[in-house]
Amino acid sequence: MSPNLLALLPELLLALTGVLIMLAEPLIAPGRTRKPLGWLAILGTLASGIAVLYQLHLVNASGPITAFYSTIQIDAFSIFFHLLIASIVLVTLLASLDYFQNPITHAGEYFALVLFGATGMMFMTSSVELLMVFIGLEISSISTYILAGFRKGRATASESALKYFLLGSFATAFFLYGIALCFGATGSTSIAAIAAGLAITKTPLLGWLAVAMVLIGLGFKVSAAPFHVWTPDVYQGAPAPVVGLMSTAPKAAAFAVLLRFLFNATPIYRSHWILLIAILAVASMTIGNLGALLQRDVKRLLAYSSIAHAGYMLVAFTAAQHEAVSTICFYTAAYAAMNVGAFLVLTQLSGFDEKLRTIDDFTGLALKRPGLSALLGFFLLSLIGIPFTGGFFGKFYVFSAAVHSGYTWLAIVGLANSGIACFYYLRLLTALYSRPLTDTIADTPSTGRITFPVALALTATAAATLCLGILPNRILHLTQRATPTSTIAQSVSAPTATIAQR
Amino acid sequence: MNLDPLILTLIIATPLAGAILLALIPEDAANPDGSKRHAIGALLVTLFTLLLTLHLPAHFNYHAAPHTFQFEQDLPWISSPAIRYHLGVDGLSMWLIVLAAFLAPIGVLASWKTIQTRTKLFYTLFLLQQVAMLGIFVALDLFLYYGFWELSLVPMTLLIATFGRTENRRRAAIKFFLYAFIPSAILLVAILWLYNLTGTFDLSTLQALASAHQLAATPTALLLCSIAFLVAFAVKVPVFPLHGWLQDAVTEAPTAAVMVLAGKLGLYSILRFSFGIFPEQSRHAAPILIALGAIGIVYGSLIALIKTDLKKLAAFSTLAHVSFVILGIFTFTILGLDGGVFQILNESLIGAAFFVLLGLLYERYGTYDMRDYGGLATRLPWMATMFVLTALAAVGLPMLNGFVGEFLILSGTMASIVAHHVLWTTLAATGVIFGASYMLWMIQRVFYGSLGIRSAEVPGWDLTAREHLELWPFAALFLIMGVASPLWMRAIDTYGAATAGKVVEIAPGWYKNTETNAYSVNNQELGRWCLDHPGGCKVSVGFHVAAGKEAR
Repeated sequence: MSPNLLALLPELLLALTGVLIMLAEPLIAPGRTRKPLGWLAILGTLASGIAVLYQLHLVNASGPITAFYSTIQIDAFSIFFHLLIASIVLVTLLASLDYFQNPITHAGEYFALVLFGATGMMFMTSSVELLMVFIGLEISSISTYILAGFRKGRATASESALKYFLLGSFATAFFLYGIALCFGATGSTSIAAIAAGLAITKTPLLGWLAVAMVLIGLGFKVSAAPFHVWTPDVYQGAPAPVVGLMSTAPKAAAFAVLLRFLFNATPIYRSHWILLIAILAVASMTIGNLGALLQRDVKRLLAYSSIAHAGYMLVAFTAAQHEAVSTICFYTAAYAAMNVGAFLVLTQLSGFDEKLRTIDDFTGLALKRPGLSALLGFFLLSLIGIPFTGGFFGKFYVFSAAVHSGYTWLAIVGLANSGIACFYYLRLLTALYSRPLTDTIADTPSTGRITFPVALALTATAAATLCLGILPNRILHLTQRATPTSTIAQSVSAPTATIAQR
Repeated sequence: MNLDPLILTLIIATPLAGAILLALIPEDAANPDGSKRHAIGALLVTLFTLLLTLHLPAHFNYHAAPHTFQFEQDLPWISSPAIRYHLGVDGLSMWLIVLAAFLAPIGVLASWKTIQTRTKLFYTLFLLQQVAMLGIFVALDLFLYYGFWELSLVPMTLLIATFGRTENRRRAAIKFFLYAFIPSAILLVAILWLYNLTGTFDLSTLQALASAHQLAATPTALLLCSIAFLVAFAVKVPVFPLHGWLQDAVTEAPTAAVMVLAGKLGLYSILRFSFGIFPEQSRHAAPILIALGAIGIVYGSLIALIKTDLKKLAAFSTLAHVSFVILGIFTFTILGLDGGVFQILNESLIGAAFFVLLGLLYERYGTYDMRDYGGLATRLPWMATMFVLTALAAVGLPMLNGFVGEFLILSGTMASIVAHHVLWTTLAATGVIFGASYMLWMIQRVFYGSLGIRSAEVPGWDLTAREHLELWPFAALFLIMGVASPLWMRAIDTYGAATAGKVVEIAPGWYKNTETNAYSVNNQELGRWCLDHPGGCKVSVGFHVAAGKEAR
């Protein structure tokens, strides 16, 4: 197989499956269930996952694969994110199979769009050329814009999609502008060449501006404050399983790009961007948590919580490259497990119509649905960061990285924030276990059956959250290997690493 | 089979396995209210745990060197950062473990009738709480300890939120959690900072580094770090100005939960971690903590005096009692430390007995307002007897356990070299008087005098066989611990003697008994001397001395 084809095999498989689904969609009569298309999507994701594992095998044997004139690079770093994205998509698809209660004619598009989005995200993490990254970003963004408005005919859904689209295009424009400035300063858009070019550039101001622009563009994608304003509205209007997907997978991809860009392309500006990152981190943590305190709507609450979590992850950028990469890899995995899990439970509880919205609606849920309540409680505890859950280790690694690189004040701000955060999670958690039942819950049928795929998805997320909390060793080894390799960039990043050691 | 290296893991794993098992047993669908299967399961699990913990005092080595741990288990858990699964026990934690295991079955019995609905949830959470508490007492890896420390908040919060008595329960639960969690978050920064400094989470290593002055950081940084530790623990105790959560949590929590709510976890953590890792900084903080302790005693007693709600009275009486412990341990005298640790056991037992009794009263009459009570002694003679016995133990009647602890603490305070000791000792001793007054006044108002509104309306009944079973172990322990305190003191003293005194740069110090002017190399000898001369042991400050020269 040609190396070019091999490098893009997972993406190609996903895209092909997506196209197949689009083609098969009209063949199914209107009114019939679209479930087979969902199973097809799951098969495609599985195949893509297997392709990633095959790549891992190759990379282990003979080092990173580069393709398409060194614009694509498959290394342990990209493989980690490929696997993560594939798992998130798989779990989301499993949970979405029965999401469309009345056969909706456009359900097939949903599965195809999820796959196209995943293609874009994977593409983002394996590109080492900024224009390629931009193409991946656009593919994933456009799919998620449509997914956000998938519950057609609802005001909130249209608001969600439109807001996401307008602000999202604005942010990608910033990103593109950053790339252009980078090209202006260095004459290249390849990450390795940028790193070399920035060292000798005559116009460092352009380089600075480029870093700032890229940070704005990606800051929007990871919903870091002050680029977060879209998050609550979009999450509120989008279908719950889609929120689970888009609060984790595109964020993971954006963080991967940010890691590659900051540590491999612009290491010589580290002292500058570290300040910007610290500001973003403090703003995200504080605004996210304080904003969440005021929320009554559970999805909005989790939206603000995801802003805060983006802030925690940004804290890790203060560390040296190796530590930052492994920490963020771990945190994105842990966050994906618990957040997707939480949204899956919400999907199960409130259904397509989302009858349960506010915290008060959830009062006394444990009396009616003890199993799902216990799961939601567990995910919330992990989001708080209670020990023996993935969330705790994520937080632990992030803040120990900050302390390690001398940013103790960031750790204090962050952990004080996590103290504030537990207030709103607990409000939901105690509501679940309170008496009496609200009328809304009492009216819903108590035998909301959990189908096998959903049970599988829930078990997988819960098991992942628990395993990351009790036995983080294995995944940690994987993440510690994942430092992006780029020959030129590494030689540049070495001195900065020693600076970070104080 | 030699159980020693495995016993601590077994002690934690038993309630954990029990909790998982109870979570898997479905609730009795035919008889949802009144199903006893989960209660019976929890009772068996807790009794078995108690049996396992008794292995510790039976095989404890009293002649081990100071600062060493027994029944150790030390396995690697996470390679980077270096986190180990390190468990161990010494004279400080041994009896606390037994105590925690002892209170559990009584807690189950006390919930037997009061918890009728959602028994599965209740007993699962109760056993999880047990796991977290036992874990706190045995963990010797700072990270592992922190895990259990935070875990202990969750079941308790849910217990309060779910089974609280009034509509205020959710607020009380969140308040409890926030009060404990925010300082704990800062504690995590301190732990991370320490790890960054030393590269280890292991308590023994950290202790050795600290006592050899090898923590390479500025004094200010170390002081801030020690404050982070101390504040996190002090909130959980609670120490006087940080007790805001106590009243609400105590008022709301069901009996079984309230028995383990305050006191021992925080106090143990101070003794183990603050004193262990920050010996000097803790001594610098001692004058403040002694003052807060003395104020806490008087303040708690005075507020208890004016409370008419029995549970609120109990909350402030708890505050007064834990303040007594704080006063004792921060004197850094052998007497004070021994008395303080002993008083942790007393306070937990007396407090637990008191809460069980209050729960029984509430079961019968449905109110905690003591103005509605009165004249119960003739109708409920056994109940009255037990109440009086508990109250007497609490106020420190000689022959009962409370006296031993309070006496040792007050003698320790008197002997302490910390400034203003006479003032604080006097203040604390005044607190004892207030303590006696609110307790006895409460007894008088509830059990004597004319019949109250509630007690006249509701017939009530005296103790049943199950309730006798709950209360007699307490009564027996009050008496035995009062007359045979050396049984417990022997182990506690190995800790007290190793911790007391002033820290001086030269580690292998000598010890001087300033009463007899005799020097000894072994600080345990001094401790034993003091035990043999309980009355005459006025001065018992053990100083490390350098080459025979007394270092003050």
